[in-house]
Amino acid sequence: MEAMTTKQIDSIVVRFAGDSGDGMQLTGDRFTQESAVFGNDLATLPNFPAEIRAPQGTLAGVSSFQVQVAEHAVLTPGDAPDVLVAMNPAALRVNAGDVARGGTIIVDTQEFTARNLTKAGYRSNPVEDGSLADYIVHPIDMTSLTVAAVKEFGLGRKDAARAKNMFGLGLLSWMYGRPTESTEAFIRSRFANKPAIREANLAAFRAGWNYGETAEAFAVSYDVRPAPMKPGRYRNITGNTALAYGLMAAARSAGLELFLGAYPITPASDILHELSKHARFGVTTFQAEDEIAGACAAIGASYGGALGVTSTSGPGVCLKSEALGLAVSLELPLVVVDVQRGGPSTGLPTKTEQSDLLQALFGRNGEAPLPVIAPRSSADCFAAAVEAVEIAIRYRTPVMLLSDGYLANGSEPWQIPQPGDQPSIDPGFATEPNHETDDGARAFWPYKREPETLARPWAVPGTPGLEHRIGGIEKGDGHGNISYEPDNHDLMVRTRQAKVDRVTQVIGDTWVDDPDGDAELLVIGWGSTYGPVAEACTRLRKQGQSVAHAHLRALNPFPHDLGEVLRRYSRVVCPEMNLGQLSMLLRARYLVDVVGHNQVRGLPFQVAEIEDALLTHLQEVGR
Amino acid sequence: MTAEALPFPGLRGVPVAEVPATAKDYSSDQEVRWCPGCGDYVILKTIQGFLPELGLRRENIVFISGIGCSSRFPYYLDTYGMHSIHGRAPAIATGLATTRGDLSVWVVTGDGDALSIGGNHLIHAMRRNVNLKILLFNNRIYGLTKGQFSPTSEAGKVTKSSPDGSVGAPFNPVALALGADATFVARAIDSDRAGLTEVLRAAAAHRGTALVEIYQNCPIFNDGAFEVLKNPAESARRLVRLRDGATYNIDGRAYVHDVRSASAESSWALSRLDDGSMERVPVGIFRCVERPTFDDQVRENRARAEKGDDAAFLSLLAGPDPWTVA
Repeated sequence: MEAMTTKQIDSIVVRFAGDSGDGMQLTGDRFTQESAVFGNDLATLPNFPAEIRAPQGTLAGVSSFQVQVAEHAVLTPGDAPDVLVAMNPAALRVNAGDVARGGTIIVDTQEFTARNLTKAGYRSNPVEDGSLADYIVHPIDMTSLTVAAVKEFGLGRKDAARAKNMFGLGLLSWMYGRPTESTEAFIRSRFANKPAIREANLAAFRAGWNYGETAEAFAVSYDVRPAPMKPGRYRNITGNTALAYGLMAAARSAGLELFLGAYPITPASDILHELSKHARFGVTTFQAEDEIAGACAAIGASYGGALGVTSTSGPGVCLKSEALGLAVSLELPLVVVDVQRGGPSTGLPTKTEQSDLLQALFGRNGEAPLPVIAPRSSADCFAAAVEAVEIAIRYRTPVMLLSDGYLANGSEPWQIPQPGDQPSIDPGFATEPNHETDDGARAFWPYKREPETLARPWAVPGTPGLEHRIGGIEKGDGHGNISYEPDNHDLMVRTRQAKVDRVTQVIGDTWVDDPDGDAELLVIGWGSTYGPVAEACTRLRKQGQSVAHAHLRALNPFPHDLGEVLRRYSRVVCPEMNLGQLSMLLRARYLVDVVGHNQVRGLPFQVAEIEDALLTHLQEVGR
Repeated sequence: MTAEALPFPGLRGVPVAEVPATAKDYSSDQEVRWCPGCGDYVILKTIQGFLPELGLRRENIVFISGIGCSSRFPYYLDTYGMHSIHGRAPAIATGLATTRGDLSVWVVTGDGDALSIGGNHLIHAMRRNVNLKILLFNNRIYGLTKGQFSPTSEAGKVTKSSPDGSVGAPFNPVALALGADATFVARAIDSDRAGLTEVLRAAAAHRGTALVEIYQNCPIFNDGAFEVLKNPAESARRLVRLRDGATYNIDGRAYVHDVRSASAESSWALSRLDDGSMERVPVGIFRCVERPTFDDQVRENRARAEKGDDAAFLSLLAGPDPWTVA
């Protein structure tokens, strides 16, 4: 047997792919966790079909999980996998084309039967017919090796074979020298009540590791060293979990009960699931009869002095629109989470897109402005949620929090907040009359505003002396009684807009990264394109190019200096996973000739794609 | 002091007023703007007269409405109130009642608001048994939009939107509520102040969703819809005043009315007694049974959960596999 060697590499992109029932999401998640604990920086991309169990072995049923782990800062899950683990022919067919030339493909040969090859549309076995000659292919009968490894636990063949994903994980863990303790602990706890299954999974995991160590096929293992990170405590976190925790943290800072009204919808349901677990932290979740009721119940909770939140995806926002208009008119705090997915209509429920931006800004009748905030990465969903809550409370307004499917399901390391990290938020409930009438009596005026923020008082039922009525009919300025006066309506419409505009008070300057200071080209993005855009800029700068990067966290209102920033550059390019929604807003608002770079494939941008596009622009502007 | 001393389980947890209130205390300073002769006036008067009887602090009473003539109701009561959007009042009230056990929450709705656009929220509020009192003003017409047929209009109704007569059978709101397993279902007539007050009293006492259908006259678009039930010569023969334990003959069979019956046998039979001809129309309480309320259960679940302090929250944030970078 050859001597084993270990090779240092700075990053690796691994993709696990198999049938929906093969446990690929779990496998990828464990590999991610092992890498996180090891200290690598990383980013993940789960990709799965909307069908729960599409017909076995078909292309439609392929589920995959990609992760990039590196010894340096990582902003994306990587463009092309260096290693693909394909559990069946369909998984190979769907994913092989993405693998980097010269990359490694590991297949479970047991699944490469004539029947499965036909299902996947192969006429001959690609593992044997030379069509994968550009790759290093490791055909391994993972199913049989797994079944043999778990024989002693007395499981039927089907149950035994189910542990093959752990075999694959064990093998990859060996290849990349991952610490295995966390996975072993995970298996023990997950199958605590099923000893045979628990032992089988542990045995399969170790068998995979041992296979790598002993099979001559794998002469080299790789070492991706820990990435330098700011000192502190970290965990790996998905966007949906981070968002749920951010809402909870902010509600705690404000001393408010958190009430979530929601109807199940992909890819937002995990926020409902997560918050449902936390009654002990003052969280109430309400699974409503429909999307409308989810929003309305949250409005009712906010009216009563709780922090009302409703979470959904694009189709749900459509249904909630009228209720959001009511919240704009009532001027009550409310957070509306839209985890965007491919549209229109049902669209691509499990895939990502940024096509709800205009809906978030304008998708209501009348002039109904509300602040819109978008997180830029999975971990950033925490801080963005905190910010959305702060704005909602400070300005007494619904706030839209625009996440997306990629951020929601993807994960990355997150520095865990320490006690005292969260600023306290003052809900500032009204407690006494705020107005003196002409006859000198003390009265409560529900629409008398705070001069700095233009926020109205939040007077909750149960407060004596402040009884008042609010509603969706136009209200008279100050006193809040029904008013059909033309001038009053004009004033109220402008005042609601002015209040939202004043949110610039808390969102700060435009975030711009322009290290050279002489760039002619500005690339501007929002939301989850931050990762691939920032990475593309880094690569271009390494090639000696000057490029500036701006990123918007607030989409409404825009930062006060945005127009000035845009006008500094001779060309502004805006990559978006839609057909140019932010570009259109920037052009309309600032009369700057923003050029869109658009893609709606249901997948995040690849770094190379943005890099190429920017390179073309750089050549055109003559740099 | 809370309302537990009152004989009203429906108001348990709602603070009691130190000083007795009067009907005048419940009148807001807003000019009432229903059409002259509208049944809503008398319902408003009855409710303003009835509320002091509850002995609650005024600030702990909330009226939430949807859209329609009846939904202007909250503006005229000096309590907390919200005039919301079409059909959604039960959903808004559910969020409020679930987070605030110290409030007495009332919903005012109409036949179009509750049974057309808001049907889903209505049935789910009743299914969940949220502690809400839902007053359904049924005038069998769309009034605010100026006279289209509603889901309770009789078949063949000629209106602006149905010049050849409306097609389709009307809803029977009481039967619908029983079908949704509402725990309290009653009917009253706008002009019958005593009967309405009696039903409101029982609804307030009930812990859970109380659905009260109130026959209400629209003098502009559907005038006289319930006239035969108000005209003394006719009403004595047509009105069937429901009394728990009394016997009623329906289709040749004698039913002893039992509002607390699990099978709701007499409730069902009585709900279908009027075939639309208003020959025999029951008013009063059809059903009144106990079932745990949604909001109580949610609050109990929360109270049972061991309280999480800051340390527990930070440990939640850290998750099972944190690591430290030195």
